[in-house]
Amino acid sequence: MRRETVLLLGLLLVLLAFPAFAGPYALAVATLILYFAYTGQAWNILMGFAGHLSLGHALYVGVGAYAAGALFFHYGIGPWAGLWLAMLLCMLLGALIGFLAFRFSISGVYFALLTIAFAEFTRVGFDHLDWLGGPGGMFLKVAQRDAWDLASFRGPPLMYYYSILFLCAAAFALCFFLLRTKAGYYWQAIRENEDAARALGIDTFRWKMAAVVLSAAMTSVSGVFFAFYYNNLFPEQVFNIGRSIEIILGPVIGGVGTLFGPVLGAAVLTLLSEAITEALGAFGLEIPGVKQVFYGVVLLGVIVFLPHGIWPALARRLRLRSGA
Amino acid sequence: MSFDLVANVVVAGVLTGLVYGLMALGLSVIFGVVRVVNFAHGEMMTIAMYAATVLFAALKLDPFLSMLPIAAAFFIFGYALQASLINPFITRPEHSQFMLLVAIAIILTNVMLMVFGPDARNVQVDYQLDSFEIGRILVDKARLYGAGAAVAAAAALFAFFKWTLTGKAIRACADNYLGARVVGLNVKRLYALTFGLGAACVAIAGCAMVLLVDVTPPLGPAFTLLAFVIVIVGGLGSMVGALLGGILIGVSEALAGLFIDPSAKSMFSFGLLILVLLFRPQGLLGKRT
Repeated sequence: MRRETVLLLGLLLVLLAFPAFAGPYALAVATLILYFAYTGQAWNILMGFAGHLSLGHALYVGVGAYAAGALFFHYGIGPWAGLWLAMLLCMLLGALIGFLAFRFSISGVYFALLTIAFAEFTRVGFDHLDWLGGPGGMFLKVAQRDAWDLASFRGPPLMYYYSILFLCAAAFALCFFLLRTKAGYYWQAIRENEDAARALGIDTFRWKMAAVVLSAAMTSVSGVFFAFYYNNLFPEQVFNIGRSIEIILGPVIGGVGTLFGPVLGAAVLTLLSEAITEALGAFGLEIPGVKQVFYGVVLLGVIVFLPHGIWPALARRLRLRSGA
Repeated sequence: MSFDLVANVVVAGVLTGLVYGLMALGLSVIFGVVRVVNFAHGEMMTIAMYAATVLFAALKLDPFLSMLPIAAAFFIFGYALQASLINPFITRPEHSQFMLLVAIAIILTNVMLMVFGPDARNVQVDYQLDSFEIGRILVDKARLYGAGAAVAAAAALFAFFKWTLTGKAIRACADNYLGARVVGLNVKRLYALTFGLGAACVAIAGCAMVLLVDVTPPLGPAFTLLAFVIVIVGGLGSMVGALLGGILIGVSEALAGLFIDPSAKSMFSFGLLILVLLFRPQGLLGKRT
């Protein structure tokens, strides 16, 4: 076995065994890390592989969350049915955005702004949808919290931890294999030079559509998870551009286009944010905003000094192949 | 609904739109020359607004007077920002530039939150509630002065780009980066100058805006998005387009607030943005590349 494989399996084992040693707080932090790692992985398909910068991924998280949440809230239908609805809706949305953008060859900054516009449009729209709670939010009923009720996705924090760990591992494996299929090579060709890719006979429109639809579908799943983990949804929060930025910080800090980048980035940023909260609490510096200023400064440092992200630099140090 | 009311709202929308337009002009000039999208634009606008409230509280300085020193300070800030942090990023990929400016935006917003707290602040001048009566239309004095300042600043910027040697050099950089370097222009210094000028535009727009709305830290991202919408609608990089886009958005916001629901007004701006991106991606006055 290659060293990368051994290390990955080791990490997976550690993560599987982690809840045995961790308290409730550590488990919550780990769940958050895995949530961002999964969502970042989904975003990375569109940006890291196919080279299109989406700044509106909160749209898919939010629509996914609201789709599954509304079915549960209004009709008591569990998330397993809601998941399909969420994925379907987000794939349609992704296809719509992709179709509109790629038909007119919109890319780069313009594509990014188009995705922001769709997310913001939806945010304001949801604020006026009373059926979904409007600005006052939608609250899912929280029942028993100790028994695992997988059918309606209700249970103790441990259940959510293992669910998101499973999602994370599955997304990692999917991306690993995608990169070795025709689709992966086509995407990378499009990312590096779209005109050249088209000249080689690649149907760039079709493959870009595939990337945006797949990315949207995967992101909608994190929306469903979000809805049932946090149990409350506010348009102002889920569709906020800040959420979209949060999603992409992990992969960008970790390394855009790498498989392990989103995971590492999510871990670094979440732990950093928690550590800053702790440290400021210890020094009694709990002025609003201080934490985010530290966070911003560290972010700035990473972007300036490690332009390709942490993972490629770290992988070089560890003499690992940074692609994995 | 009477004609007078609609006419009044449209006039107010045009005047506010001109202030929006000046803010967006800053963004457009920076993008047109440096090719970097300033994701911290709204945050800079908010800082200018806070600066105006501070100068007013401390020295009783009217925002239309304090806009000159604030614009000068912003020019220096913008110049330094471009020269130190952004210049090394001009050859890096777009997402990298984006993250840099997001980090700057996060720092700026939260420094403001630390310094000023979450409460809204404003400036109270004695002419704020006065208005001119032109026929049957009432025009707020503060809004009219703000629009006037915006037009004057925009005109000065146009003149600078059109007639001065430095302005022409900056346009040369925007047209052809390599060519500009071949003829010996100091491109990095001109980029810094451009960012400084863009920042000064935002400062003036902020000082005019502080008389129209109260300022809070979360206003920053909202202004950033607004500026994006305006420059895309008008055409990224087009100076007249930015002003025109500002007026369009100002009027559409005002009318949406009148006919539908004030809280839905930004939905119209984003709807307009989506339409423009689809049917005229280069913007109303932009050139196709």
